[in-house]
Amino acid sequence: MNLSLFESIGGGTLSLLKETALVIKLFFQTLYWIFAGPFKKKAVSRKSFFAQTVFAGLDSMVIVFFVNLFIGMVLAMQSAYQLEQMGATIYVAALVAVSMTREIGPVLTSLVIAGRVGAAITAELATMKVTEQMEALETLSLNPVRYLVAPRFLALLFMLPCLVILGNIVGMYGGYLIGTTQLHITPGLYFDTTIRFLTLKDINTGLLKSAVFSMIISLIACHKGISTEGGAEGVGRSTTQSVVTSFILIILADAVLTLIFYFAKS
Amino acid sequence: MTTPQKKEIVISVKNVIKNFGSRRILNDVSLDIFQGETIVIMGGSGCGKSTFLRHLIGSIRPDSGEVWMFGKNIAKASEDQMDEIRKKFGMLFQSGALFDSLSVGENIALPLREHTKLDNSVISIVVKMKLELVGLRGFENLMPSQLSGGMKKRVGLARAIVLDPTIVFYDEPTAGLDPVMTGVVDKLTMDLTKKLHMTSVVVTHDMNSVFRIADRIVMLHEGNIIQIGTPQEIRNSKNPIVEQFITGEAEGPISFVQKGDDYLEQLTTELKQS
Repeated sequence: MNLSLFESIGGGTLSLLKETALVIKLFFQTLYWIFAGPFKKKAVSRKSFFAQTVFAGLDSMVIVFFVNLFIGMVLAMQSAYQLEQMGATIYVAALVAVSMTREIGPVLTSLVIAGRVGAAITAELATMKVTEQMEALETLSLNPVRYLVAPRFLALLFMLPCLVILGNIVGMYGGYLIGTTQLHITPGLYFDTTIRFLTLKDINTGLLKSAVFSMIISLIACHKGISTEGGAEGVGRSTTQSVVTSFILIILADAVLTLIFYFAKS
Repeated sequence: MTTPQKKEIVISVKNVIKNFGSRRILNDVSLDIFQGETIVIMGGSGCGKSTFLRHLIGSIRPDSGEVWMFGKNIAKASEDQMDEIRKKFGMLFQSGALFDSLSVGENIALPLREHTKLDNSVISIVVKMKLELVGLRGFENLMPSQLSGGMKKRVGLARAIVLDPTIVFYDEPTAGLDPVMTGVVDKLTMDLTKKLHMTSVVVTHDMNSVFRIADRIVMLHEGNIIQIGTPQEIRNSKNPIVEQFITGEAEGPISFVQKGDDYLEQLTTELKQS
């Protein structure tokens, strides 16, 4: 089939808008079940919520730990390489602390979680969709959004900021390791500099970002899972799309949020 | 032979039309289903019988027409109303559609946990009873992945009837089963209908099981009901489409072989275009 350039651009835009509308609709449905559910005696299942919390949070700790530790170390070494020339090696501590909490920690942790948890959510929901389990839920009067989406949404919303805090601490510890062993900064001085330059606002900014990222991950993952068509191949396609879309949206949202915070401070 | 005319109508389908894109799947279908009967909807692949079933369970809404069940037009019911109606019927899916993450027992207990205030001890007794009914005593703690296809279907059936529905829908209950298991599932269907006075709506193209279980048979072809009748009437049908379907002849009005001229034209159109 020969589609003209305009047709394909138009078609692409249209389907993008449709998907965006569906994700936003899913977001409001999820909020509805979280807040209105308990009044209709159809609250989000606590058991399912805790199971997801363990999966998204506890089981992700090791990978988050390692990624942030090494990034903290790399960050320290890279900045030392520049700062050494100005004789300002001590600022490595400040640089690592602020960039870990504001930027690298939330973004990197979210990307890792999108790859690990987001992909798992999509694959699970997509498999349920193509094996009629989603339809079975509906015929049992169990709303898939309440039963499947809401617990995952909540679990990630609670756990991702926690993981980011863990990542922040570990990342700063990575910088500390390099600073004290390679850059001849005394432990006390490194610690002091970190505390002096790090403000609560830096940490809050990072946590707020991670909360937004968590919603992106869970909503995209659930939407892609629920809208899967076409058997095993469809499951694979949805999972790939889920991770790629989450990655792009996380970076995009990060840029937008950073911009907002940058102008909000003045 | 049953006399369905005197019985109460439980589902009434009126002039249902459904299109997928430009393709018409159901073309003005009307049907009454009576209390306590086993009605079989049969037809070839792609004749619209699965779509028809999905209209009855409310997962697809018709483009026009009405589907009345329990005094409500489910073509227009809200989600909340639909949820109430769904509790009164059960559905057995083609693959069983058991939840992979739950054990057999939890699968069957799920509707009870969600929709009743029953105690855990009571729920576990009900689960045991339903498993006994489908001949799977002691299977509570197995995971769905450990079961064979036939077992999955029987667990699916146990789950479908756990809330004691008055209507049970079956989507190709015997597809992919060996002859003995087919007999077992058929007998279960008949038992449920006779002993528990449930209404069964079965979609299938397994001719052996059709004549074994049906009180009435509905033949669907290209989105139209072409005949409704008792097994005897269907067997003696003079309608060539029904005849071909029952005997399974390759040649006849239901044709999968295209005419020679069309075929040649189809093959060469792409050549001509390029």
